Amino acid sequence: MDHVMTGVAVLTVILVLLPLGAIFAYLIYKGIGSINLAFLTQTPKPVGEPGGGMANAIVGSATILTIASLMGVPLGIGAGIYLAEYGRNRYGDIVRFVSDVLNGVPSIVIGIVAYAIVVLRQKHFSALAGGVALAIMMVPTIARTTEQMLLLVPQAIREAAYGIGVSRWRTTLSITLRTATSGVITGVMLAFARVAGETAPLLFTAFGNQFWNRDINQPTAALSLQIYTYALSPFDDWHRQAWAGSLVLIVLIVGAVSAVRIAVRRGTFAGA
Amino acid sequence: MGVGITVEHVNAYYGKSQALFDINLVVQANHATALIGPSGCGKSTFIRCLNRMHETIPDARVEGTVRIGDLSVYNGTSATQLRRRVGMVFQKPNPFPTMSIYDNVAAGLKLNGFRNRKQLDEIVHKSLTSSALWDEVKDSLHKKSGASLSGGQQQRLCIARALAVQPEVLLMDEPCSALDPISTGKIEELIFQLKEQYTIVIVTHNMQQAARVAEFTGFFLLGKMIEFDKTEKIFTNPSDKRTEDYVTGRFG
Repeated sequence: MDHVMTGVAVLTVILVLLPLGAIFAYLIYKGIGSINLAFLTQTPKPVGEPGGGMANAIVGSATILTIASLMGVPLGIGAGIYLAEYGRNRYGDIVRFVSDVLNGVPSIVIGIVAYAIVVLRQKHFSALAGGVALAIMMVPTIARTTEQMLLLVPQAIREAAYGIGVSRWRTTLSITLRTATSGVITGVMLAFARVAGETAPLLFTAFGNQFWNRDINQPTAALSLQIYTYALSPFDDWHRQAWAGSLVLIVLIVGAVSAVRIAVRRGTFAGA
Repeated sequence: MGVGITVEHVNAYYGKSQALFDINLVVQANHATALIGPSGCGKSTFIRCLNRMHETIPDARVEGTVRIGDLSVYNGTSATQLRRRVGMVFQKPNPFPTMSIYDNVAAGLKLNGFRNRKQLDEIVHKSLTSSALWDEVKDSLHKKSGASLSGGQQQRLCIARALAVQPEVLLMDEPCSALDPISTGKIEELIFQLKEQYTIVIVTHNMQQAARVAEFTGFFLLGKMIEFDKTEKIFTNPSDKRTEDYVTGRFG
């Protein structure tokens, strides 16, 4: 029976990893040929002209994701702290419910919200609006995982801190949150990876841009938008570039997530 | 130096249910006082009233007066201030898992803004020496996590952590219940040395332990303190029938 169970477990692992491996392999197969220095350093060429690249979209995605993270991560972690440490009451339940509903709201609807609160006010599309849309999407995931991770920290650890005269807020920040760091980071990375490839909420917030733009108050290119536009176009060259863009996007996400993980592991004790 | 503790008319509650009934007690400075009694008798609740840990549980509250030295525990003192003068060691060793041995000991000072590196080094050294752990960990202070030590070492680390904030009183809530006999022996030896400088209140399930380490013993039953006297008297010639029944092993 043990062998059967082990076999089943191994089989499911393979089944889970297979699509991931297949996607990655296919992206490399289709995209690698179009990745060259020009692709990574140039802006798109006008229709009909071959060559060009997605440099502006790569930087644009990075900009939008930075804005989203700067807003979404502190908000999400803050909400998670509230839920775990102070939210054992009706207000906490309301926040939990709202957060779960928000998690289920289609991303395009969140795009419309960001359009209404940022774009309409600024009177033009912007990286900021795109960042706001993605930040809203990050908050519920981060809040709920942070809550779960903080609740996993044994009460005894908090009591140890109280017992040596550490105040409650200090305990929460320096002891509880620190003990739960790796779990909280996992939540942040999940949220980050999820929004990094989002297209719908950027359609009418960041909008996209064929040229360089370094002003976060102006329409800004994003990899996902560029892939969307290029994949729907009738040009073979653009199709190839869409594949290459997808590959770059995945590599950037995996790279960012791995870098954060390694950084976190360096800072904590193994086996603790 | 240790200070005495005076407890007057203390009642403690968890929500609507009352856990302690009118406890009155005087703890002598620089002595060890043991609290014994069957499970659920309120001895842990009582010890947690002395450093205001009881109130960290939702819906829990305390009535009455507790004085630690000249400090009124429930009147005009902040819980954090108080807890720096009244250290606590818990049932299960609870070192901070993400911190090194050094940081565990220094935590109470560092987290309250104390940054003088040289003094910290001294205090860590002194505290670990007092808790008889220095020789075992001196080479891995910064390299090893507090959680990587053995159970007995972890408990001594927790004692060092409590001593580092320089308290006057040390509360120990069944500090040996999760430890093997050898580690237990070490902790008991430690209690003997520590009471020269600190007032110690220890909750224990183990009556032999109370007899070994404490000059005074209080017997708790169903939230009331039945008897409080010199340890010798409690174990050889108790005044109350219920105490006698408990210490002779007739129940509990």
